[in-house]
Amino acid sequence: MHKVYTNIIQIAGDVITVEAEGVGYMEIARVSTRRGTSLAQVIRLDGKKVSLQVFAGSRGVSTGDEVRFLGHPMRIASGSDLLGRIFNGSGAAMDKGPALSQNLVDIGGPSVNPVKRIIPNKMVRTGIPMIDLFNSLVESQKLPVFSVAGEPYNGLLARIAIQAEVDIIILGGMGLKYDDYLFFRDTLQKQGALSRSIFFIHTAADPTVECLLVPDISLAVAEQFALNGKRVLVLLTDMTNFCDALKEISITMEQVPSNRGYPGDLYSQLAARYEKAVDFEGAGSITILAATTMPGDDVTHPVPDNTGYITEGQFYLKGGVIEPFGSLSRLKQQVNGKTRADHRTIMDTMIQLFASYREALEKQSMGFQMSSWDNKLLKYGRLFESEMMSLEVNISLENALDRGWQLLAECFTPEETGIKKSMIEQYWPKTVVSR
Amino acid sequence: MAEKRIGRIVKINGNMVTVELDNFVVQNEVAYIVHGKERLKSEVIRIKGRLAEMQVYENTGGLKIGEKVEFTSELLSVELGPGLLGQIFDGLQNPLPQLAEKCGFFLQRGVYVHALEERSEWQFTPLAKAGDRLRAGDRLGFVPEKIFKHFIMVPFNLSGNLEVTSIAEPGKYNLKDTVAKLKDGSGRHYECFLRQSWPVKIPIEAYSEKLMPVQPLVTKMRLIDSLFPIARGGTYCIPGPFGAGKTVLQQLTSRHAEADIVVIAACGERAGEVVETLKTFPKITDLMTGRPLSDRTVIICNTSSMPVAARESSVYTAVTIAEYYRQMGLNVLLLADSTSRWAQAMREMSGRLEEIPGEEAFPAYLESRIASFYERAGVVRLRDGTTGSVTIGGTVSPAGGNFEEPVTQATLKVVGAFHGLSRERSNARRYPAIDPLISWSKYRSFIDEKVSRKGHQILRKSHDVAQMMKVVGEEGTALYDYLDYLKGEFFDFVYLQQNAFDKVDEATPQQRQVYVFNFIYRILEAEFALEDKEKALHFFQRLRQLFRGWNSAQWNSAEFKNIEEEISLFIEAKLKKQDQPINA
Repeated sequence: MHKVYTNIIQIAGDVITVEAEGVGYMEIARVSTRRGTSLAQVIRLDGKKVSLQVFAGSRGVSTGDEVRFLGHPMRIASGSDLLGRIFNGSGAAMDKGPALSQNLVDIGGPSVNPVKRIIPNKMVRTGIPMIDLFNSLVESQKLPVFSVAGEPYNGLLARIAIQAEVDIIILGGMGLKYDDYLFFRDTLQKQGALSRSIFFIHTAADPTVECLLVPDISLAVAEQFALNGKRVLVLLTDMTNFCDALKEISITMEQVPSNRGYPGDLYSQLAARYEKAVDFEGAGSITILAATTMPGDDVTHPVPDNTGYITEGQFYLKGGVIEPFGSLSRLKQQVNGKTRADHRTIMDTMIQLFASYREALEKQSMGFQMSSWDNKLLKYGRLFESEMMSLEVNISLENALDRGWQLLAECFTPEETGIKKSMIEQYWPKTVVSR
Repeated sequence: MAEKRIGRIVKINGNMVTVELDNFVVQNEVAYIVHGKERLKSEVIRIKGRLAEMQVYENTGGLKIGEKVEFTSELLSVELGPGLLGQIFDGLQNPLPQLAEKCGFFLQRGVYVHALEERSEWQFTPLAKAGDRLRAGDRLGFVPEKIFKHFIMVPFNLSGNLEVTSIAEPGKYNLKDTVAKLKDGSGRHYECFLRQSWPVKIPIEAYSEKLMPVQPLVTKMRLIDSLFPIARGGTYCIPGPFGAGKTVLQQLTSRHAEADIVVIAACGERAGEVVETLKTFPKITDLMTGRPLSDRTVIICNTSSMPVAARESSVYTAVTIAEYYRQMGLNVLLLADSTSRWAQAMREMSGRLEEIPGEEAFPAYLESRIASFYERAGVVRLRDGTTGSVTIGGTVSPAGGNFEEPVTQATLKVVGAFHGLSRERSNARRYPAIDPLISWSKYRSFIDEKVSRKGHQILRKSHDVAQMMKVVGEEGTALYDYLDYLKGEFFDFVYLQQNAFDKVDEATPQQRQVYVFNFIYRILEAEFALEDKEKALHFFQRLRQLFRGWNSAQWNSAEFKNIEEEISLFIEAKLKKQDQPINA
């Protein structure tokens, strides 16, 4: 039925150009080579010349190979049959399960009408005090984890996924090391979360172009669940690889690069994905947590920089802990007024004192004289680091608040904390556990 | 009209489509791509021989070579008339609530809805009478819209003297009813309606002269009004890295600024922030009018995931609506968040046009486009002697928070005030995070010049001492320097910083600012009898605490007076004896 073309006139990078007629922009084609078949997507039309990016890469494609246009944009199966399954970057089964083709949906669909969104208002509890207490995660939030290669960001994502009270977890892996993929699979399996998860995995060994599809596929599937009232958590790791793939394709297409070789539309490309995070009026929600590695720990690098302008805050993972400075949840104000009356007080006070602790540390390292106040701060700071910041701490928000009061009482008098009198009367611990 | 001009698509690259046609083409005219049942809006942006290059305001997925394109001869225009206030439009002026009714959760491409409800009826009162000779922009009559008299004006596109041949009786009319008939010098007749349309990229100039912006526009933000003021009809920009609080600042301004009408252009930013504005504004009562805030607000939103080309048009749509209300003698404030996204949209298009790139791949015409946008602000004297103004405040999102980049630099050249946000200030949680050491304003404040100069001076001195202390430590700093440091910090904490979550402190009216700043001025000038650094620190900490309470007290309430009394006594006790008491 579909027309087959065999006159490939140009192959450059992973982009091939073929002469064809009646082809739609962004349409999908199947390229058959001696090595097998691959999907490809139309990215430019110029008269009869059709340029396609080949998902499996152009290596081994011959100018005489067949290109069959399928007459529709990229689609992916959706629905509950996908649960517990693992697919690759173009949606083909990676586990031993059958290929799926029901409820096909177009990927990269239109954006949500803002008037159909609601103001986010439900907290996602993670059991991590640095998140729950200090930078609460909110349902429908889009939040990246900024870190450098080598930090345990994948472990953090997996842990949040397991502990978060969501209906469905979707993992989109881009340029993932194979052992990281196995780590996610085994961790979720061990915790019994695999049956409510779907994996779309592009490993570092897979062709670059396939990486570009992962966020769109993951989010298109998530959107279908959310429209049916499900609360979905989407994990994307690592978005920097996605951006690098964008860079590669745009340079191949001879586009003028803007900043460090990245295309001028990097912001729009990232926004099109992150903005899929949504709380639908009268239906479910999508929350996005993404890992963004910062080359050289540089937050002004185009990838973290553009990301920061799009997302609703960021977690800054450094030295194996979530740094309180540099981390931000823009939506925390929507939820932390409704948890416990002392939540905001503890949050503000502990962070201010921790900032003073950092100043005292600096003073100490410069060799200036330490006052008794400085010594109190040093004691407090060390306790804060081990009892709150450490990622090994796994307690509920309420327990974290109680622990906060304990730490304050252990180190300071009530007046020194600057907390309002009425709060002190209600919450200041009567007995202090000494260590 | 001649026969319809039709072209065919020959090339598709992202949202740029090249069309071949055998007829004439008008630069910037609107054309529709016919794709099955869908009609996609697009605009001609370059013409090369028989080829017209067009930016498409929609996703171009699925379009094919050879598809039909219909040209309209019309420039991209907006509808102007009663019913704009309280609305939420996309970048092409489609009302989003109506789109939601039609299409549900998602924005379907190719669906366009009239900006104004044609059948809505308005009570028209004529002002002109038959035989009057009028010009474009002169008033024919008015209809009530929310709390305003919405003047119905002679269409801006007519030229020369026009004679009113007939005008409607007072009564209810919808947008399709003729309310007046005009005749020009050469005998041509025109019909006037309650609405008219105007091309967005051309400024409305139906006024007698443009005036110097001198009157301050009070935002009730102390740091802005007292040190870096904005003028009615002026321009200002807010550049800052992400997370420094640009959007929060814009939201506070939109709530409290003393303008008649606020037009918000959410350009390429987060949908979540627009949602917050559009869901909360109808519930917030405006203190100046006693009506919901949404009654005097128009929101234009093209969020970051909506089609890029419409992002560019959204700022023009917003400024045209602002100019329209200015023509009625109103003071309009336009807040554009963020102009960098608009510049990026230009960059994307320029790249597709394969133009020679300028710095950071922005097009060479970036500066002139930014300049001509900000130049649409101004105070104007209308032909009837009244004045109206458009004030433009734009945020800039510089890459990496570096103000040296092209968009920030191009903007700084043309604005009258610069409110630079800094990462250090926001990390230290000092809000608003406008850095007083780098910001400037060319407008005059309502604060006495001597007083505000002292404010600037103490901030600089305090900063210098703080820098020095980092090297030599507290013990190596002289007491008088240390006192200046404390004074600067005190001024910053109790006056420049404002708590957006405190009902009283979030907005400080002009009168209170003058009063409190004068009070603080005397503290900054005073010499205190403080023996050592620890006592000085303690004194200013206590003072800071007292002021915090004062800031939260209702203006001129008993509580306000009590705290003032307490502060005065506290200060007096520490003054050097030869000085006058502080409250004299």
